[in-house]
Amino acid sequence: MKPRHKRFAFIGLGLVVLGVATVLILNAFQSNLVFFFTPTQVVSGEAPKGRSFRIGGMVEDGSLVREKDGLTVHFIVTDTAKRLPVTYKGILPDLFKEGKGAVAQGQLGNDGTFVASEVLAKHDENYMPPEAAEAMAKAKASGAQQSKSLVVPQGTKDSL
Amino acid sequence: MIPEIGHFALILALCVAVVQGILPIYGAAVGNSALMAVAKPAARGQFLLVATAFGCLAYAFAEKDFSVLYVAATSNSQLPLHYRLAAIWGAHEGSLLLWTLILTLWMFAVTLFSSHLPEATRSRILGVMGLVSMGFLLFMLTVSNPFERLIPAAADGRDLNPLLQDPGMVIHPPMLYMGYVGFSVAFAFAIAALLGGNLDAAWARWSRPWTTVAWCFLTVGIAMGSGWAYYELGWGGWWFWDPVENASFMPWLAGTALVHSLAVTDKRGGFKVWTVLLAIMAFSLSLLGTFLVRSGVLTSVHAFATDPKRGLFILAFLAIVIGGSLALYAWRAPRVGLGGSFATVSREGMLLANNVLLVAAMGAVLLGTLYPLFLDALDLGKISVGPPYFDSVFVPLMAPAIFLMGIGPLAQWKKASLPDLAKRLKWAFGVSVVTAVVLPIVMGNWTPLLSLGLLMAIWIVTTSAVTLRERLAHVNGNGLVERLASVPRSYWGMLVAHCGIAVFIVGVTMVKGFESEKDVRMNVGETANIGDYTFRFDGAQDVVGPNYTAARGSFSVSRDGRETTVLYPEKRRYTAQNQIMTEAAIDPGLLRDLYVSLGEPLDDGAWSVRLYHKPFVDWIWGGCFIMALGGVLAISDRRYRIAWRRQEPAVPAATRAAKRKVA
Repeated sequence: MKPRHKRFAFIGLGLVVLGVATVLILNAFQSNLVFFFTPTQVVSGEAPKGRSFRIGGMVEDGSLVREKDGLTVHFIVTDTAKRLPVTYKGILPDLFKEGKGAVAQGQLGNDGTFVASEVLAKHDENYMPPEAAEAMAKAKASGAQQSKSLVVPQGTKDSL
Repeated sequence: MIPEIGHFALILALCVAVVQGILPIYGAAVGNSALMAVAKPAARGQFLLVATAFGCLAYAFAEKDFSVLYVAATSNSQLPLHYRLAAIWGAHEGSLLLWTLILTLWMFAVTLFSSHLPEATRSRILGVMGLVSMGFLLFMLTVSNPFERLIPAAADGRDLNPLLQDPGMVIHPPMLYMGYVGFSVAFAFAIAALLGGNLDAAWARWSRPWTTVAWCFLTVGIAMGSGWAYYELGWGGWWFWDPVENASFMPWLAGTALVHSLAVTDKRGGFKVWTVLLAIMAFSLSLLGTFLVRSGVLTSVHAFATDPKRGLFILAFLAIVIGGSLALYAWRAPRVGLGGSFATVSREGMLLANNVLLVAAMGAVLLGTLYPLFLDALDLGKISVGPPYFDSVFVPLMAPAIFLMGIGPLAQWKKASLPDLAKRLKWAFGVSVVTAVVLPIVMGNWTPLLSLGLLMAIWIVTTSAVTLRERLAHVNGNGLVERLASVPRSYWGMLVAHCGIAVFIVGVTMVKGFESEKDVRMNVGETANIGDYTFRFDGAQDVVGPNYTAARGSFSVSRDGRETTVLYPEKRRYTAQNQIMTEAAIDPGLLRDLYVSLGEPLDDGAWSVRLYHKPFVDWIWGGCFIMALGGVLAISDRRYRIAWRRQEPAVPAATRAAKRKVA
């Protein structure tokens, strides 16, 4: 082989490796993306059945109920427009609190309860996970488009 | 007053940086040595000025000067002194100051250890670093000033995030930044070489030790961050593929490729163009990492969009640095030449393959980290890319790389023969395969991944042993000890670093294969079993810390009826902002960690509790430290010491004699 051919062989080899890597990556990417849905979307049936996804919103005040085993908890996540019941077995993260934002990953059960496999401790300085904040912002935007204030409009609250 | 001095020092530093970024590079271009001579004093002066600014900020923290906005935002009067000082890099503004301080520190180091470089090269290097530092100083002074006043002063500070109140967090960011910013030296060397058009083996030899040092720091920094996440977050995980972690891991992957590619350029004069590209890549990824972590873009793309001053500045800066250096690369690289030719099966060939794999892995991480941000920025929906993606991409990419890692050091440069390699490695291969299959069966849990992990680890160790034995046959000396001593330290460095990877893989494999975890409700006096260990909960008591109150649980751990240890996990409430924090208790060991963290208090003094038994988990960080140790060994090699000693003849003989007398 002449050096020039050799160089082409190398480039070809490199391209093959990169091609294989790309296929691997895209394949893994497709099957491991986790989508995010707001409680409104979940209640209206937009979320997939039998596939894991994330929800976010505010943990409704007074909705946290603990079963006798001390580990299984039930609570309600709301984006102020719709409410979604959630079940989780395990220890909740430190920043989990009623009236604060939360994000959970899991699947939708047949009875419309979200069965969380993981409740995320992720948060920003204001203890509102970005996804949760956005879910609430969306609900607010669709509930009262003209209002830009942070106060939840009365109309949406009544519809809860 | 003191903060104003700091502010003023930063402004002066910016002026010096402008001079340092322009005059020496221009001087090198036109061959004016008076202009080039500006570089060295300018770099030293800049270091002193930034250090002064840093000292002023440290003073403001130590003295609890809450009239400085940044101090008020990140510390509190009850915060102990060492955490108040660590709070300097607890948030955005201060960590940028630390970044700049470390950049000028590297500059200062370059002025100290560069007497053997041609003057034009040195002035270009310092000039490029001056330009980078100009960008950062400008950033701080325009949109992110750590000395901004808060008038009237706050009565008390908002406190440092309790997660960061930890000894690990005191050292982790400086280590990480030493690594990040250290790649700026390799970057400056590469740009200087492109500007000067003299990319030769000497260039690689000079930039090699700098790159290795930066790589060592980055390795240790990442390991410490991972260790911190393990014991501080209370979830027992050591790597989450979180964007913040990925931000530090991407430069590491590029840096690892760079270290190896530099070796080829140094020894064989090959890979020149590729090496330069990697140097640019490693530093660009460091900048990108800083941008990701410090611009707030990860917290919320939209928050970033509504207050875009900082983010836009960093984006523009990134565009200028990356775009500018790539443009320069495209313009000058064709002149550099490709270096010597080599066959597919040769040490160069294998190193190149490994480089491609490392860069592909880096690309995969980059995609998984940035893609959700892009989608979000374009309002196409919110997604997250979880650990399964990274795991399933990483293992298939790294497995061949590790296989090649075993063969590479045994292959000849230029052209090696496959049958010959197979003959030399058949024992290593046989031993690895047999052990990897049998060992998990003996341990009673055979899975393909477990075997694969062990295979890779044992393969690295056995091939390293073969490599060392063959090397010993080629060195002079009587007796084993003498021969061992005459193997160069850089060679030892390579072997040690590779074995560090083996140790790391053993840790990961064993933890994944054998760890056990239990969430339980425990009443006082109740026991729970995990691994071979029995945990008895002896109740929780209230304790008071300097700036928190806590419930401290007590767990006696026993094995076969014999007491092993007593663990005291805590649930802390930090008073300044009323935040709850879990402080896990860990009994570390060479072969296993026992890990307890408190969940929530239930009725009658019972608690929900999380228990872990984690075999070999400490090997993960041990492996990283061994890798870094390998790097340290490599740079302590004789040839670098000689290079540095060679600068001494510049000093008059009389002073040298005097120095020796004093010594």
